[in-house]
Amino acid sequence: MSISKQEVEHIALLSRLALTPEEIEKYTEQLQDIVAYAEKIQQLPLDEVEPMSHAIRMTNVMREEDAVGKMLTNEQALANAPDRADPYFRVPKVTDPA
Amino acid sequence: MELEKLTAHECREKLEKKEISSKELTQSVLERIDAVEDRVEAYINLMPQEAIKAAKAIDERRAAGEPLGPLAGIPIALKDVLCLEGIPATCASRMLEHFVPPYTATAVEKVLGAGAIPVGKTNMDEFAMGSSTETSAFHPTYNPWNLDYVPGGSSGGSAAAIAADETVLALGTDTGGSIRQPAGFCGVVGLKPTYGRVSRYGLIAYGSSLDQIGPLVKDVEDAALLLNVIAGRDERDCTSADLPVPDYTQALTGDIRGLKVGLPKECFGEGLLPDVKTALDEAAKKLEALGAEIVEVSLPHTEYGIAAYYLVATAEASSNLARFDGVVYGYRTPDKVEGLVDMYMKSRAQGFGPEVKRRIMLGTFVLSSGFYDAYYLKACRVRTLLRRDFEAAFEKVDTVLMPTSPTPAFKVGEISDDPLQMYLMDVFTVTLNMAGLPGIALPCGFSREGLPVGMQFIGKVFDEETILRAAHAFEQNTEFHKKKPNL
Repeated sequence: MSISKQEVEHIALLSRLALTPEEIEKYTEQLQDIVAYAEKIQQLPLDEVEPMSHAIRMTNVMREEDAVGKMLTNEQALANAPDRADPYFRVPKVTDPA
Repeated sequence: MELEKLTAHECREKLEKKEISSKELTQSVLERIDAVEDRVEAYINLMPQEAIKAAKAIDERRAAGEPLGPLAGIPIALKDVLCLEGIPATCASRMLEHFVPPYTATAVEKVLGAGAIPVGKTNMDEFAMGSSTETSAFHPTYNPWNLDYVPGGSSGGSAAAIAADETVLALGTDTGGSIRQPAGFCGVVGLKPTYGRVSRYGLIAYGSSLDQIGPLVKDVEDAALLLNVIAGRDERDCTSADLPVPDYTQALTGDIRGLKVGLPKECFGEGLLPDVKTALDEAAKKLEALGAEIVEVSLPHTEYGIAAYYLVATAEASSNLARFDGVVYGYRTPDKVEGLVDMYMKSRAQGFGPEVKRRIMLGTFVLSSGFYDAYYLKACRVRTLLRRDFEAAFEKVDTVLMPTSPTPAFKVGEISDDPLQMYLMDVFTVTLNMAGLPGIALPCGFSREGLPVGMQFIGKVFDEETILRAAHAFEQNTEFHKKKPNL
């Protein structure tokens, strides 16, 4: 399995990363190397093996009651905003998908 | 007296006996930082005024006879991936260069609650992605044993600060080896707790099923002291284990007679530098002389660890780093943009460095439709096999011993052009994170170039006590922990 340049362009779009054509070239090459290396797991007989996603076996942990706890104030929440129009965060207009 | 050279337990004794004050101790550390930091560059942000203020407050409380916590008056450095309210947490990235957290991580709250004095935020690989601290967006950190060499990563700043006596205690984080490998490169002690032993609340996430916060310290007793403080269930981290925290210092009995230590044959083959093999062989002999039994074990899936790790970790990273979009915090592009998606794309491309972008893309690829089963899911199955390898070994032994990395520190710039070669540095560390087990790294020798060689004891789930006991016994019967670099 190899990654093509088109796939890398698609992945960059999914990852919301604007890359230059030079970067696409460079990352394609590097990602190809890495994916080729990762292919080695395909050698293993894995069909009967359960996937592990939790290092410790825990069942779903629910909150005990829906009680209001400590919260950030508006000011704290807005303090790191790149652009603020209190009490809102300001962003560019959402464009229609192409 | 060079107070900054003391261990935390030595500091505590002198502070309790009032032989020294926290202000003097903190002042010594700050003076040491002034003397060497321009060469080591372990820190991103220093907090000298806050540190002196906190030190004076502890001294006053002590003088008034108030009860104080176990770390009272002792300086601590915090890896810059940990949130401390009011102080920037940059993750060594332009993306968070000016981000000031409005809250404090649980582990940090606990060390401050125990009276520790925060000295500064240490350098790291960007977003904890790297094995050399070279991917930091700001500057590399240099190995105090030889400034031409890397300190390891991603907790290179914390490890270097400990080795250089630029702090007494430090916290780092470990997702694929990021505490243990720099501990090995810098000749210090580093502990990665069992996954879930320490709360991840306030730890800016890289791989959520792999990340753990842990001590980087001068000796094993300090690791036990610090682990005592940071371990425990936290309601704010639902992956933290609801298990009692023992007093880990009680494990330091000095007695390892009858301890069964496994040496995995897969970790002692080719690719291991002769100096590293020699150091580990000598260490095994030392352990036997102390009454331990060396047993050969096998971890047959070791060679698949890196491949599986880089599929799982990057997948989780791509998800965790999706939150950095320039909307509510972090870097937003100053360029003109054509709408929201364009803003995301430019902000992220400009805010993240190349290694971070590479891992985000790899992660996005392995999770994308059509590839999820073949890559991510399969890697999760390999995880089970890695865990089973250790479980089988632990039926024969109490702890597994292996090097922290195939070579000691490499030169700055030596491998940064080859991502895959950098990833292969992690061959002895990633399997532990994948299996969720605890591991402690400590120095066991030097290469012919005078660079530290590290080894690690790996333990059963939540059995930090056995690995602390093993490491402590070895340390107390050797002199490696007393050696300091010539800075």
